[in-house]
Amino acid sequence: MFQFINTLLIGITAGSIYSLMAIAIVLVWRSTRVINFAQGGLALASSFVGASILAQQISFWIALPIAMIAGALFSALTEYFLLRPLLKRSGDKGEEIFLPIIATLGLLGIIKTILNFTYGDRIGSIPPPISDKGFVVGGQVIALSPMRILILGIVLFLMVLLTFLFQRTNLGLALRASSYSPEISRLAGVRVDVIRTAGWAISGAAGAAAGILQTTNGSGAISPESFEFSLLLVFGFVAAVIGGIESLIGAVLGGLTLGVILAFILMYIGGSLVFFSAFLILIVILIVRPHGIIGVKGGRRA
Amino acid sequence: MALTVSELTIHHGAICAINNVSFTVPQGQLTAVIGANGAGKTTLLRALSGLNKSTHGHATWNAHNLLHSKPESIVRHGVSHVSEGKAVIPELTVNENLELGAIWRKNKRETRETKDQITSIFPRLGERLNQRTDTLSGGERQMLAIGRALMSKPQLLLLDEPSLGLAPLVVEQIFQTIRDLTTTMGLTVVLVEQNAMGALKIADNGIVLNLGKVAVTGTAQSLIADPQVRAAYLGY
Repeated sequence: MFQFINTLLIGITAGSIYSLMAIAIVLVWRSTRVINFAQGGLALASSFVGASILAQQISFWIALPIAMIAGALFSALTEYFLLRPLLKRSGDKGEEIFLPIIATLGLLGIIKTILNFTYGDRIGSIPPPISDKGFVVGGQVIALSPMRILILGIVLFLMVLLTFLFQRTNLGLALRASSYSPEISRLAGVRVDVIRTAGWAISGAAGAAAGILQTTNGSGAISPESFEFSLLLVFGFVAAVIGGIESLIGAVLGGLTLGVILAFILMYIGGSLVFFSAFLILIVILIVRPHGIIGVKGGRRA
Repeated sequence: MALTVSELTIHHGAICAINNVSFTVPQGQLTAVIGANGAGKTTLLRALSGLNKSTHGHATWNAHNLLHSKPESIVRHGVSHVSEGKAVIPELTVNENLELGAIWRKNKRETRETKDQITSIFPRLGERLNQRTDTLSGGERQMLAIGRALMSKPQLLLLDEPSLGLAPLVVEQIFQTIRDLTTTMGLTVVLVEQNAMGALKIADNGIVLNLGKVAVTGTAQSLIADPQVRAAYLGY
């Protein structure tokens, strides 16, 4: 029972970080109908920005928002300079629809090369800003630590912020409308190009937050060849698919579900099966419920 | 103050969808554009709102050039387009769909006034403001699409087949509302319709398109009386 609760806590914390990454993937998918394979690379670059600030003995509370702004900027630039011209070309020619996706794969390579060139084998460090030692309950150390509470708090705060943005602001209305129908949105006066870039920026900020939190929650260290960030992209993607790839709430539920399942597999079966299980879940979902756990059958057409 | 189209030509690849079309729509009047399937009615309308590119010609509204402008800037010059097939966003609420139409307007007090005006024209929308749009009937969705366009406070309203897929009684109701918009609000309306008789009955003027060219123009009454138009488009 004790181990069960511990595993659950570990799973929820990890899952909340996957949720952030899933949100980043869903936002890009909704605005551009592209899976951004460079999402992990962009998050890694943003985390390096955060680590460089922390290296100057500056507070975590300044490093995190700056890394998120950097992530937003990287992502918006990617949309503006890479995706926009490519989508213009592939717009009315169906056979070139894969171009933007290949381009994001290429971008991932470029980002890694630049990071390697800049940082070499130096390792950035994002240590936990508060204690990551578990609380002691009845003489036993549980998995819940101040740091884990902080991670959950930050994720929760960002979710509330995003919900407010999407449900209560004109930008959110424009984002939701143009993801469903760019044409109707343009006729209503929405500058869909600008809104698309804004969607990518928000996605980049969410990805950067996921990257920073993943690092503090894990080893605390990042390198240009970080395997953890490849995992983060894969888990974020699987979480997004579990949630139906269209829905932000789905992304959150998908992330938490995946986090908990993987934690139990890690604890009760074995670490070597974690990566395999994530892909197994992905394939099973795609075959059994391609519209996600909360999605509507048939989905929708933009 | 009028919509002036001159020598407009539009190509879809090798096909000439609109061929050297010229006409004027006087301000404050309702002009019906009728014609068979594939006559180019929708293409024409989409060019006027910036959705389609034109090959040649001019189109101006209040001295504002409509060709070579983007839809999002044309709507800011007082031209609203309701595209074909109940142009609403189903996953937004009725209220959000209406708000979308006014998203670029800065004066929130004026926007609220416009919304009050629209919900008095379409009381059904007022009753369902917080409902998701996919719970509405087809007729209510069409009303919402028109309401969304009106939220931009247009002077020129472009309507693409508002009667499509609706029950005869609902069509009659929507046509009556369109007529009222012209008469009471002073809107200029271009109504593209497959339902030629219904459209001509409420219109001031009519334009018959055939294979991308203007076949006949005139007052709606004269078109209804024209034996050729009657035989080809009105079916009697």
